[in-house]
Amino acid sequence: MRDIRKLMAGAVMALVLGTGALAADQARAETVLRRGNGPDAETLDIHKSTGMPDAYIQMDLYEGLLTPGPDATPQPGVAESWTVSGDDLVYTFTLRDDAKWSDGTPVTAEDFVHSWRRLVDPATAADYARFLWPVANAEAITKGEKPPETLGVRAVDARTLEVTLRAPTPYFLAAQMHPSTYPISKAAHEKFGADHVKPGNLVSNGAYMLAEHVPQSHVKLVKNPHYHGAADVAVDTVFFHATEDIDAEFKRFRAGELDTTYEMPPQQIAWAEENMPDAFRNAPYFGTYVYAFNLNNEPWKSNPELRKALSLAIDRDLLVEKITQGGELPAYGWIPQGTNHYESQSLDYAGMTQDERDQLARELMAEAGYGPDNPLQVEYLSNAGERHRKIAIAIATMWKQKLGVDVDLRTEEWKVFLDTRDKNAYKDLARFGWIGDYNDANSFLDLFRSDIGVQNPADFEDAEYDALLKRAGVEDDLDKRALLMQEAERRLLEAHAIIPIHHYTRPHMAAPHVKGWIGNIMNYHLTRYVSIGE
Amino acid sequence: MLTYAVRRLFGAVPTLFVIVTLAFFMMRLAPGGPFDGERMVPAEIEANLLRAYELDRPLLAQYAAYLGGVLTGDLGPSFKYKDFSVGELIRNGLPVSLRIGGIAIVGAALAGATLGSIAALRRNTVLDRALMTGAIAGVAVPTFVVAPFLSLVFGVYLAWLPVAGWGDGQWRHLVLPVVALALPQVAYVARLTRAGLIEILRSDFIRTARAKGLPERAVLFRHALRGALLPVVSYLGPATAGILTGSVVIEQIFGLPGIGRHFVQGALNRDYTLVMGVVVFYGALIILFNLVVDLLYGALDPRVRYD
Amino acid sequence: MEVRSAVAGRSPGADAWRRLRRNRAALTAGAVLAAIAAACLLGPLLHPVPPGEVFWDAIQSPPDIAAGHPFGTDANGRDILARTLHGGRVSLAVGLAATLVSLVIGVAWGSVAGYAGGRVDAVMMRIVDVLYALPFMFFVILLMVFFGRNILLIFVAIGAVAWLDMARIVRGQTLSIKRLPYIEAARAGGLGSAAIIRRHVVPNALGPVVVYATLTVPKVILLESLLSFLGLGVREPATSWGVLIGDGVANMERAPWMLVFPAGFLAATLFCLNFLGDGLRDALDPRDP
Repeated sequence: MRDIRKLMAGAVMALVLGTGALAADQARAETVLRRGNGPDAETLDIHKSTGMPDAYIQMDLYEGLLTPGPDATPQPGVAESWTVSGDDLVYTFTLRDDAKWSDGTPVTAEDFVHSWRRLVDPATAADYARFLWPVANAEAITKGEKPPETLGVRAVDARTLEVTLRAPTPYFLAAQMHPSTYPISKAAHEKFGADHVKPGNLVSNGAYMLAEHVPQSHVKLVKNPHYHGAADVAVDTVFFHATEDIDAEFKRFRAGELDTTYEMPPQQIAWAEENMPDAFRNAPYFGTYVYAFNLNNEPWKSNPELRKALSLAIDRDLLVEKITQGGELPAYGWIPQGTNHYESQSLDYAGMTQDERDQLARELMAEAGYGPDNPLQVEYLSNAGERHRKIAIAIATMWKQKLGVDVDLRTEEWKVFLDTRDKNAYKDLARFGWIGDYNDANSFLDLFRSDIGVQNPADFEDAEYDALLKRAGVEDDLDKRALLMQEAERRLLEAHAIIPIHHYTRPHMAAPHVKGWIGNIMNYHLTRYVSIGE
Repeated sequence: MLTYAVRRLFGAVPTLFVIVTLAFFMMRLAPGGPFDGERMVPAEIEANLLRAYELDRPLLAQYAAYLGGVLTGDLGPSFKYKDFSVGELIRNGLPVSLRIGGIAIVGAALAGATLGSIAALRRNTVLDRALMTGAIAGVAVPTFVVAPFLSLVFGVYLAWLPVAGWGDGQWRHLVLPVVALALPQVAYVARLTRAGLIEILRSDFIRTARAKGLPERAVLFRHALRGALLPVVSYLGPATAGILTGSVVIEQIFGLPGIGRHFVQGALNRDYTLVMGVVVFYGALIILFNLVVDLLYGALDPRVRYD
Repeated sequence: MEVRSAVAGRSPGADAWRRLRRNRAALTAGAVLAAIAAACLLGPLLHPVPPGEVFWDAIQSPPDIAAGHPFGTDANGRDILARTLHGGRVSLAVGLAATLVSLVIGVAWGSVAGYAGGRVDAVMMRIVDVLYALPFMFFVILLMVFFGRNILLIFVAIGAVAWLDMARIVRGQTLSIKRLPYIEAARAGGLGSAAIIRRHVVPNALGPVVVYATLTVPKVILLESLLSFLGLGVREPATSWGVLIGDGVANMERAPWMLVFPAGFLAATLFCLNFLGDGLRDALDPRDP
């Protein structure tokens, strides 16, 4: 009896709520989210993109096999389930039967095969082709040694996708959240070619579809009625506004023209924290800011103790508190905290107080033969940018005041800087900032390998480091793999090839009425999780 | 006059050719390339990129191909904004720049000429001094200070007008950028008008006109102002081309999708084709406006003859 | 020159100077300008704080005379007064250097073209036309890219592209001077073309040139500040008004002193240069009593 009453009450409640919601629905105007999206998106073509502004739009347009959850952890996306073979080489994904393109046609395994072949095809010239290199033959295809049809991916049937890897790759699933591995509609691509990304042509399988793309102004997306989760998508229309000028972006937010911002002016952080606490958002971000030594040049090449001295003398607490002011974490390691299945490592001196570090630094300098009568001269290279400049001035001052080092701050225009740094043509030190592409230590450690055909900023070369990572690459026990990678990170740190400065945070604004905007280490914010409240 | 104009237009062809050539080689000699980024890509991928955009061919072959493209109206794909061709980017941005620039230049010309004339007619009075001091102040404060200040005060504090953005080009979105863009131009035009008018009013033919007993109003509007505007016209010619193709600062601060930013951002991104496209376009516009200026000169000053 | 003075009985230079002295606005402008320049040059003596010194305890603190920072400090804790004075040197030097270069090239180019006339004139002015049609900003940005390290070099280079107006003005002057009888006399007296240009044409064209130069300096200083705003300006540890204003604009709300003082110096300088230019123009106008 009681149960029945409860049931009845529940039914009445549901009825009331339902009609209420219905009435609200009719009365409600279209729900719009206006996002500040940083620099103008370069392209909506998932295979040609390189930047985050593009990725944020693509994450709303498309859905990969896996998709980031509200907290950026991998969730099933187009794939409802998958199995992995015993040798960790063959992944078999089963696609959802209600996965549809915005034109109503089903998303098939063939679409994935088509997109992935396009990503690694040298004719596409994708920056991110590397992302699929763990797949059998991918690297050879990109290098033009094999045809794209040989890629280790196969549509068993419309709903079954089989992927063969060349070696076990623990981060392979996490990498599926990256837009470069998303599917594009084979039919649309074959019909429109490179123009498949234009409004009117673009067919997407995510929560939204493309309505407008005005270069330097905005990208407008509207809800995709064919999306399998469309019922839970609260925002009808989302604008991604190009906000290249961060001061202007912040002002637009304050004037109510934007609901969220891409970043914010550092000099406004303290004010916003105090005066707009409901809107100010900040979370650790998956990146590290370092200074790299050019290990090809003396005195750095043969003098790790000298490198350590410079590293020791930087008061990172003072730096983040007084100079960068964005709540950044002082960095003593290369890989940020919060990395999946990984314990971040620290420099051996991380436990010392700053006074002890300064003392040790002075001793090491003296041992290396530098002092007041023989001051060390250092040239530091950076690109123009207020933040880089402020940090460089502070660090140069610390070195000067503590160790008597004379620092020549050299600034180059962005592209010139990249050219100089990439060729390792800088003299002593260069700045380097890195944001991981997917949440795995590998996304950081790979950068300093000397055996994969890409130079690293320091030109760090260590056979043992390479060997450890090679072993980690084929290790399928996640704990053992973590140990190998941690050992590698320690080697990198103990060599003092780089000076970790700070781990990034991502201070930005999101208006209080934006619900479901959850801070996470990857700084992913898919509009489908967001709703607009009061 | 028509033959003169046609001859001038034909004469512009070699000029444009020189501009294309200069810009092409200067751009290519700059260090860094369009595909350099924070991430270093494996050599093979970089090679693929260069091949896809035909940057692996000898420089002279690229130059020849580019010239061929320009002749057939194809300015090539943008290296940075990969979804658009350079032609599309210019077509997209031009209406915005034209609208903002057009209103600013017409407004500046009218306001400047009026203020300048008033100052000239009330020469050495307090009004004159105040106007000229204001005009110099208009030139002495950089646009990149005025523009954010305007958007802070009228956009954030008073909330009368949008801070930035183009909207769909409603007037509300135009006000602040137009004002910021026009301010220094008003100042220049006012000063030029004042100087020109003072000089003309002292000239013989005005004295003659006055001596003939023409009313002062007629002297001023029928004779003096026409001559006084000559230096203004010759200033506005090239200035118009510059303003119509957009101001980098105004577009950046007000987030406007015009073509002005392409000069700077294109050059900084090493977006070779985009920069070349706007440079060629700008060069053609300058040449056109110089011609217009010369023709206007003829209309304003009967002494000028086209030979 | 000598021919004219013989006729007028008074040298036009002295005449102009007499008129300039009567123009109080121009004189005041000149005095203020001199004061600013002196402050920038001698600043370190008056306010002995190194512009690069970091005061860790005074990061972005407001103006405080007692604390030794009458203009406040910037986001790195550096003294704004010291930086404004130091930056002034760079800005003024840059303005003068570029103007000087454009003056030399422009005067030489314009006087030769105007004096030679005919085909030489046509070709030379055609080159000017072509350069006119190149977007100036594009040019300047590439120069920054090429000579990124040395700001003075960049402005010498900018001067080398900014001489076009000067050349046109001087050519116009030369065309009218060329027809004057005393040039005929000089030529009849056996003086060569180079000597005539040097001794007679250039000195007589100098009036408008000087006026134009006083108006070029502020334009160049503004250009430098624009480049700094775009992140292409002077490099640390050196600074300029443009760099300081660029920083100040970003901090306009939270630390207005970072904008007000350097911008005040810049505006005052540009103001004075413009007044001085106007005064000079009036003074050199022989029809004015």
